[in-house]
Amino acid sequence: MQAGKMTPFIKTGAIWAFVVLELIFFSVAGEFLSLSDKAFMDLDNMLLLLKQSAPIGIIAMGMTIIMINGNIDLSVGAIFALAAVILLDSMSWAIFAGLGDWVIPVSWALALLTGVVLGAVNGLIVWKTGVDAFIVTLGSMLGFRGLVFMYNGENPTSELNWTLVDFAEAQFLGLHTATWFLAAVTLVIWYVMTKTVHGRNAYAIGNNREAAVNAGIRVGPHMMINFMIIGFLAALSAVVFYSESGSVNPNDGQLYELWVITAVVLGGTKLTGGAGSIVGTLGGVLAIQLLRKGLGHIGADTETVNLVIGLILIAVLFLDRQLNLKGKEELKT
Amino acid sequence: MTDQTPALRLEGIVKAFPGVRALDNVSFAVMPGEVHALMGENGAGKSTLMKVLGGIHQPNEGQIIVGEVPTVMTSPLQAKSKGIVFIHQELSLAEELSVAENIYLGELPLKSFGRVDWAKLYAQTNAILEKLKVGFNAKTRVGDLSIANQQMVEIARALTVEAKAVIFDEPTASLTDAEKVVLFDVIADLKSQGVGIIYISHRMEEIFKITDRISVLRDGQYQGTVVTAETDEEGVTQMMIGRKLDLSRAAVTHELGDIALEVRDLSCGKLFENVSFQVRRGEVLGFYGLVGAGRTEIAETLFGLRNPSGGTIHLDGNEIRINSPADAIAMGISLVPEDRKGQGLVLGMNCRDNMTLPQVSDLTAGPFVAEGAEIAIFDQYRDKLDIRTPGWKQTVGNLSGGNQQKIVIGKWLSMHPNVLIVDEPTRGIDVGSKSEIHNLIRELAAQGYAVIVISSEMPEVLHVSDRIVAMYSGKVMRTFTSEEVTEDNLIQAISGITPANKVA
Repeated sequence: MQAGKMTPFIKTGAIWAFVVLELIFFSVAGEFLSLSDKAFMDLDNMLLLLKQSAPIGIIAMGMTIIMINGNIDLSVGAIFALAAVILLDSMSWAIFAGLGDWVIPVSWALALLTGVVLGAVNGLIVWKTGVDAFIVTLGSMLGFRGLVFMYNGENPTSELNWTLVDFAEAQFLGLHTATWFLAAVTLVIWYVMTKTVHGRNAYAIGNNREAAVNAGIRVGPHMMINFMIIGFLAALSAVVFYSESGSVNPNDGQLYELWVITAVVLGGTKLTGGAGSIVGTLGGVLAIQLLRKGLGHIGADTETVNLVIGLILIAVLFLDRQLNLKGKEELKT
Repeated sequence: MTDQTPALRLEGIVKAFPGVRALDNVSFAVMPGEVHALMGENGAGKSTLMKVLGGIHQPNEGQIIVGEVPTVMTSPLQAKSKGIVFIHQELSLAEELSVAENIYLGELPLKSFGRVDWAKLYAQTNAILEKLKVGFNAKTRVGDLSIANQQMVEIARALTVEAKAVIFDEPTASLTDAEKVVLFDVIADLKSQGVGIIYISHRMEEIFKITDRISVLRDGQYQGTVVTAETDEEGVTQMMIGRKLDLSRAAVTHELGDIALEVRDLSCGKLFENVSFQVRRGEVLGFYGLVGAGRTEIAETLFGLRNPSGGTIHLDGNEIRINSPADAIAMGISLVPEDRKGQGLVLGMNCRDNMTLPQVSDLTAGPFVAEGAEIAIFDQYRDKLDIRTPGWKQTVGNLSGGNQQKIVIGKWLSMHPNVLIVDEPTRGIDVGSKSEIHNLIRELAAQGYAVIVISSEMPEVLHVSDRIVAMYSGKVMRTFTSEEVTEDNLIQAISGITPANKVA
């Protein structure tokens, strides 16, 4: 009985315990191994970490909804890149020439609209054809990436607007602009998933689609809305990131879908749908970013970082499975 | 019988889990050539006992004795090698593989270099299938077989070893009456070969038809063993639940209201044809027939899950069209589906969320769900239906079958439907909760609901219905009033013996 009550706590708390463990480990290891004399847990370093978590984190919130709903979206990296191209390119369009800095909100809106439309395309295909979301978005991942290359060939798209850079690099109450966006998205999506009808129905559809249909829930529109949300968030992620960097390569955002899915799964969301949490996903995002940064801090190269993250992902899911098995045994009494 | 060595004997089995003694000193023995019923309500410890027998759980105390040898079971496969074989309620077959491959799964006969010896495999399989007198052969794809025949494959699998004891867990749950006869023949055959059989079932008729002795568990405690011929249903029920069960026909005490739902010449391809009936408010209309007679399909059509190919549906006298469950719900037609876990409930969600699922979009305050209103609805129907749960936060998957069914019923009642369709109201529900569900259905009629009950259990349909529609192969054979109906004429009607009668 005791253990049964503990399990949900362990499950939601585990990823945060892991985050704390990483902090301790890298702080201690950093003392001995790091070439820099700055401590790992330096405030500036931590604030930077939050900022760097934002691009993946913002998309991961959308992926959590999609996966709870029982789908998956592999096209987020391509949507990210296409939205970035629209954002930067539209700032130099002739028709907006007279707008001055007012071009910024217009370009933002265009980029976000691009994301929503691409997401709607995904959602509509999944809804109307009934083809598995994995296949549909695998196709659109290739297709959307193709659009990026058609736009400007192999060349980067660049546009540096200093007003925009200043905004993106600003810090308010210590936190960077990107961090504020991540926080706001997390909060809004958390509300959507826990407090609204749409969130409730998304869980129900992911957990038992047939029962949801039998309760009169129209499955298709809910899935479509979720794809539009993740499209919007992939574009928002691009807007936040490229407002600062000002230049996008046609290959940018590749493998983002895998990083995002890794974070979501680490955070405890089931690949099969029906269960998962936004707070867990935030933990997963931070855990990955901490690993990347921490391993870099103690002198590991990128290849090592990827290897370690891969191993940890498998180890964590194995542990999770063990915990779940134990819990189930006890329930069956 | 007593001077023989038992085929399988359990002695003082104790299995404790943290906080609960699932099995407390359980002892009984199965003789060779005996059909021994194991009965008990859900949660009485039957499944735990089976898991102990199959080596999935290790007992804390006591021992399992096969023949004369005390044995420690470590896995179902090891139990099988000792001659203890399980036929599970839920079939675990690979649908894409052939019958032969399924039967010898994991034990395929091999030639050199790990190649499968197909000739030997098919020959061995056909030899077993011949013994069972089934109508398919070793090469048939399992997915193409009926449920009953798939069960025969499971049984065939059991016969690949020299079985000492075979355990049947609710084997007839999804079988038609004709298929049951075949199963009982197989059991009789095994019995004549001196195999001991443990037969787990909730169905009294079967127990009294085929078993020799009955052992009863209650709350993990062994209640005793009785000779079947020396007891009756009432006696066994009393052992199981510790009180008497009333299965007599409830007298109609209320006036019937207007016609709520009328169906005229409704057809859906070959599934059912020209079906007509009407239900009044305050009436329970029973649908009885064999599996595949088209009863569930009619319910699915009324609920918008299937499109009719002809005929009309009238609600309160007005013709309606139902294109989706959402339409049906909006018009007040509700379905408590046959497969509670697969179609009725979101098992991973809590009790409250399941109960309010169809109407949650109306229970909002601004953009958010009004949780207070939800909890109020849950509390109201928990009390009304006597749903036993620690609280609304409990995950529905953890409730017993009876309480789960009440959640599904409460889900619809809280929306005050015009017509409530209940498909197999008590499938997989233990005896005690069964009568509660029956009383509930009668009570709903008394409150003025129009209720349609579909059931494969004759006592149930006789007990709860005011009128009974007998179906055979997609057609309504006859509609009985409760005065006209007898077990005999009902069986004749659903077997297609009576010529189609005038429909009420």
